[in-house]
Formats: sequence, C-alpha cells, structure tokens
Amino acid sequence: MNINATLLAQTIMFALFVWFCMKFVWPPIVAALEQRKKQIADGLADAERAKHDLELAAKRSAEILREAKEKAGEIVIHGEKRASEIIEEAKVQAKLEGDRLITGAKAEIEQEVFRAREQLRTQVSAIALAGAGKILGREIDAKAHNDLLDKLVAEI
Amino acid sequence: MSSEAHTSADYIKHHLQNLTYGQLPDGTWGVAHSAEQAKAMGFWALNLDTFIMSLLLGAAFMLMFRSVAKSITAGTPGGLQNFCEWAIEFIDSSVRGSFSAKNNMVAPLALTIFFWVFSMNLMDLLPIDYVPLLMSALGVPFFKIVPSTDPNATFGMAIGVFILVLYYSVKMKGLGGFVGELTLQPFGKWGMPVNLLLEGVNLIAKPISLALRLFGNMYAGEMIFILIALMGGAWAGASLGSATLYGSQILLSLGWAIFHILIVTLQAFIFMTLTVVYMDMAHQEHH
Repeated sequence: MNINATLLAQTIMFALFVWFCMKFVWPPIVAALEQRKKQIADGLADAERAKHDLELAAKRSAEILREAKEKAGEIVIHGEKRASEIIEEAKVQAKLEGDRLITGAKAEIEQEVFRAREQLRTQVSAIALAGAGKILGREIDAKAHNDLLDKLVAEI
Repeated sequence: MSSEAHTSADYIKHHLQNLTYGQLPDGTWGVAHSAEQAKAMGFWALNLDTFIMSLLLGAAFMLMFRSVAKSITAGTPGGLQNFCEWAIEFIDSSVRGSFSAKNNMVAPLALTIFFWVFSMNLMDLLPIDYVPLLMSALGVPFFKIVPSTDPNATFGMAIGVFILVLYYSVKMKGLGGFVGELTLQPFGKWGMPVNLLLEGVNLIAKPISLALRLFGNMYAGEMIFILIALMGGAWAGASLGSATLYGSQILLSLGWAIFHILIVTLQAFIFMTLTVVYMDMAHQEHH
C-alpha cells in the first residue's frame, strides 16, 4: 500500500462530489421535506382555526337560539295580551250591540203596544157605536135597522 | 511494464480483500494478512470489516429512528422527525402497493431492509482509498468499507428473508398446503417430480436472486471505482498523457459517484420491494 497522487485525485473528486450533492442533490430533498413540514404546519393551523371557528359558531348559535327563545316568549305574551284585549273589545262590542238590539226591540214593542192600543181603541169605539146603534135601533125600529144589524153581525 | 501490472493487480486485490479473522496456518487465531491466508481459513472465519460496518450502520439507523421515536410529537415535525416520517410514509405506501395480505411485521421489515442496505451501499460513495489507507496506518491490513460488496452480507440478509418466507408460507397455508404448492402444480399430481423440480428452483431462486443482485451491482460498482482509481496510479512523470489520465480519473470517478447515488438508492429499494413481494407470495394462496 503506497500513498501517491491517487489520493489527491480522490480528494479532489470527493470535494467535487460533495459540492455536487450540496448543489443538486440536497436542495430538492430539503425542499420536499420543507414543503411537507409546511403542509403539516398549515394543516394543523387550519385545523386549529376550524376548531376555533366551530367554537365561535357554537357560541353564536347558542346566543341566537337564546335570543329566538326570548323573542318567541315575548311574541307569545304579546299575543296573549292582544287576544285578551280582542276578547274584551268583543265583549264590550257585543254588550253594546245587545243593548242596542234590546233598546230597538223595546221601542218596537212599545210602538206595537201603542198601535194595538190605538186599534183596540178604534174598535172599542166602533163596537160601542154599534152597540149604541143596536140599542137605538131596537128602541126605534128593529125592522128599520135590520140592515144595520146585519151589517153589525157581519162586522163581528 | 510488468511491475506496474503487478502493482495494479495488487491494488485491485487489496481493495477486494476482506479483513478476515480465523484460524491461521500456524494454528493460532487471528487476522489474515494475505488473501491466501484468508482463503486457507475455510468456512469458519469472520469478515470483520463487513461485520463491523454493517453492525455500525444498522446501529446508526436504529439510533436515529429511535431518537426520533422517543421525542416524537403530534405537532409540526421538525428536522429529523420530518425526514423519518417522510421515509416511513414512503416505505408504508410502497408496502401497501405490493403487499396485499395482513401482517404487521412486513412494513417495519421493509423499512429496516431499505435503510440498512441503503446505508451499506452508501459507503460506496466514500473515496475508495480513504478508509483502507487510514486502516493500514493503524496497522490493519485490509478493510472493505462497503458490506454489500461482500456476498456474505447479502446472502445473510437474503437467507434471513428466505427463512421468513418459508415460515409464513407454512403458517399461512399449513405444511400440507405449502408442500402441495411445491409438488402439485403446474402439472397435477402425476407430474410430481417435475413439479417439485420447477417449484423448487422457483423457491431457491428467491434468496439467490435477492443476494446476487445486490452483491453483483455493488461489487461491479466498486470494481469500476477501483479501475478508475488505477488511472491516476498510472502517473508516469509530467507528460500530457499522465495529466490527461489524472484529470479523467477525477472526472470519471465523479461521474460514476453521481451515477452511484441512483444505484445505491435503487438497489436498496429493489431489495426491499423484492422482499415485500416474496413475503406477499408467501401469504398468497395461489392456484
């Protein structure tokens, strides 16, 4: 085993080879690893962000739900109030209407009574007249007032 | 001329010789100082360099992944963790692509094989004289730094895979099913000897192809590095020819090293994929 210029040549060659690897072999590998690392980091960050977003969304949806419930409660209360109001109004209205109807009916009845009384009065006077006539007829001449009597009978 | 040829041959031989520990001709145990001594040790010898390097590289792989596994976070991965996750995703997806049965052991097996073979192959990119020179300065006669150029290492791994293939073949199909698969197809029960021959070759070819492919590729690559390095050794004074040789040595070995980035990764990937495919075949009930 003798040391000669071969060793020098090999050293130069090795230096060149290392340079070549540093220049052309190493960077693509490092780039691939770097990209992989970046992808993972991005993925993890995205997952973290998504988780955070999810939390926010959950919180927000709970809030909205709560608000909606409140609003619904308000609406129900309002509705109930309105309903009772309507009922009250309707009652008042109905009472008014009823009173009006009753007043009208009473007035009509009174009018009817009045008319009937009027009629009765005329009829009573007619009967009285007829009765008086009859009485007078018989006193004077039954035969002469026969047609009058007949008329009376027919009238009755 | 002849002396130069002699030194060239020596140079090549020296680079292809493992550091072998075994029984020396004089009966004592120690490290072989020549190829002949190493050969004379027979089967019961250890290639210390292969052993040490593969162990070190395997340990480095395990320590790296273990340290990441201990400090792993679910958040954005940084640096080494990012790299390891990337590697595991890659292995996992390619295992999913070629392994259809269910076995929790296959993906870790594939990961280990890929990184172990990859790191062993990667040693090929170090200048070939560095470590042997350092070792000879330390008094170590030989040191082959690339374990996957030693067939012992590649066959060791391939046999490990083969044992797993056999184990899962028997476990999944039952001993009868496995033997049936070896003997009853493709020609039915009357063609049993032919079936056994065909399927036996098919079975044995798995570990052999696995081991020889890796070994062949890495050994050939190493050989070419050595031959290129020899060009500079042909330096014979400040002539134009020598200077050209010297310059072309640098350029050629640089080119070959750059090309080897691909080979190193590809061979590791092929070893891993074939292991996964063989494991998948062991789990499949075909025919």
